[in-house]
Amino acid sequence: MTPVPAPQLIALDWWALGAVIALSAGAMLLLLLEFVPAKPGSSRAAVLSLLTLAISAAAVFVARDARRSIFDGMFVHDGFTVFFTLLFCAIGAVSVLLSWDYVRRTGIHHAEYYVLLLCATLGMIVMAASNDLITIFVGLELMSLGLYVLVGFRRAHLESNEAALKYFLLGAFASGFLLYGIALLYGATGTTSLTRMAAFLSESPLRGNPMFVAGGLLLLTGFAFKVAAVPFHMWTPDAYDGAPTSVTAFMSAGAKAAGFAALLRVGLTALGGMPAEWGPILSAIAILTMTVGNVTALLQTNLKRMLAYSSIAHAGYILVALVAGGRDGASAALFYLAVYSFMNLGAFGIVTMLGRGREERVLVSDLAGLGFRQPLVGLAMTVFMISLGGIPPTAGFMGKVYVFKVALGAGLVPLVIIGVLNSVVSVFYYLRVTVALYMQEPQGEPTEVSWAAPAVVALLVTLALTLWWGIQAHDLLLEAQRSVMGLL
Amino acid sequence: MIPISWSLALSAVLFVIGVIGVLVRRNALVIFMSIELMLNAANLAFVAFSRDMQSLDGQVFVFFVMTVAAAEVAVGLAIIVNMFRLRETVFVDEINLLKG
Repeated sequence: MTPVPAPQLIALDWWALGAVIALSAGAMLLLLLEFVPAKPGSSRAAVLSLLTLAISAAAVFVARDARRSIFDGMFVHDGFTVFFTLLFCAIGAVSVLLSWDYVRRTGIHHAEYYVLLLCATLGMIVMAASNDLITIFVGLELMSLGLYVLVGFRRAHLESNEAALKYFLLGAFASGFLLYGIALLYGATGTTSLTRMAAFLSESPLRGNPMFVAGGLLLLTGFAFKVAAVPFHMWTPDAYDGAPTSVTAFMSAGAKAAGFAALLRVGLTALGGMPAEWGPILSAIAILTMTVGNVTALLQTNLKRMLAYSSIAHAGYILVALVAGGRDGASAALFYLAVYSFMNLGAFGIVTMLGRGREERVLVSDLAGLGFRQPLVGLAMTVFMISLGGIPPTAGFMGKVYVFKVALGAGLVPLVIIGVLNSVVSVFYYLRVTVALYMQEPQGEPTEVSWAAPAVVALLVTLALTLWWGIQAHDLLLEAQRSVMGLL
Repeated sequence: MIPISWSLALSAVLFVIGVIGVLVRRNALVIFMSIELMLNAANLAFVAFSRDMQSLDGQVFVFFVMTVAAAEVAVGLAIIVNMFRLRETVFVDEINLLKG
């Protein structure tokens, strides 16, 4: 056995670790500060969380051109890490803004809410930056444990609790599969480091080794659960529906992006591109995910459940990019993830604003007539819906164009046809929301909107990005392409 | 020395018992115990491989898994206890408000 060398950190390494250190320190500081109770109605926790996320993003931004491998290659700072760290900090910040007023009016305004949100963000960053299966596992659990608690944060609320229990049991079950997959991969290759695994595989290919194949498939199962791909999606609608809406927004964007980040890193670094045997399996999962997600979303009357099934369908589109594989596939997936995160945050953000006080209005019919009474809500929701449906001139359209273009380039014609047909189906239920907004009269009491400055800021930011990336998609695509360079 | 295939067979059997337990039992606590069994099956596999290959990585991994499992117990039991307070049941069949 070789002695373990002590990690030696130089100044630049600290910058590369800055985002992770800032988030951990911020989360702990928030907890400690609770010994000095804040005034009732104080926004201390939310402000500090925003500050922490800003420092974290700034730290990674300062070191954006540096390339470092830290802790014996367990944690890497490359373009991929920078892209996802900035994305997760942005998702965290938008979620804090959306939570600001929502947690107050639903009676869950505690500092722990923000602490858990920061911890979950930290877990997502660790997942994207890990270059070793150990750190990927720890990051995944850090994210998941934070999310389990956040989903059940309305403790006295039956639905919230039930959502947490279902999410927890199925999440832990999936972790078991993931872990056993890692154990088998370790047994087959003798290492947990992705780089060393790649080196081992290039010397002695294990293509047919049953332990290696089984390990890879179990690992894939674990990740498929986290990104909510069919047939591992059963938890999604219940967890999204029962969770506090601000948490739903956060997990629908963040957890999915983190799952794909880790899957891409493992696939591209360790296995040298998605293995050929995975092709048919990934294609089947992609087709099922798109179709089941979209068709089930057609039947929903609850806005949160509809968006949950829509998020399953979007995971399917991203899987199409993964099947296409290579550098182009990865950059299309990154582009789609960034675009998807903001339009989905915006759509769920509007749901957090519906209703007054403890009342929540989450049915599609609750939107009836809202478009004329609240023009900003109507306009923003319409933009998010047409973007999710993939209609120009929005970011969602550009995302689909890139994904399908890459898939066509890889010769995946049947997959693209199914994807396009699915997009057409999805337009039907997204437009139902718009029809409710502008062409229906409210039955019973019309829905009130809880206006709050932070939520409006979040809404305007997501709205601006959704439109901007629809017109000027090139910059983001270049960033996505640059950030996957180091992986292959 | 015990051959590695024995440890691996035991680990596989434990894992399958865990999976079956999760799928067929209806008590949230028993399901949770079955999940822990799956994690421990993975731990056994790690230790067996580690010993077989004379590499420390697997044994280190087990420490991480045990820590994570402990954290998972803290969160999971809290959720189940809270559920019992609200609903007076831990049977997942009776926990069915959300559907569709």
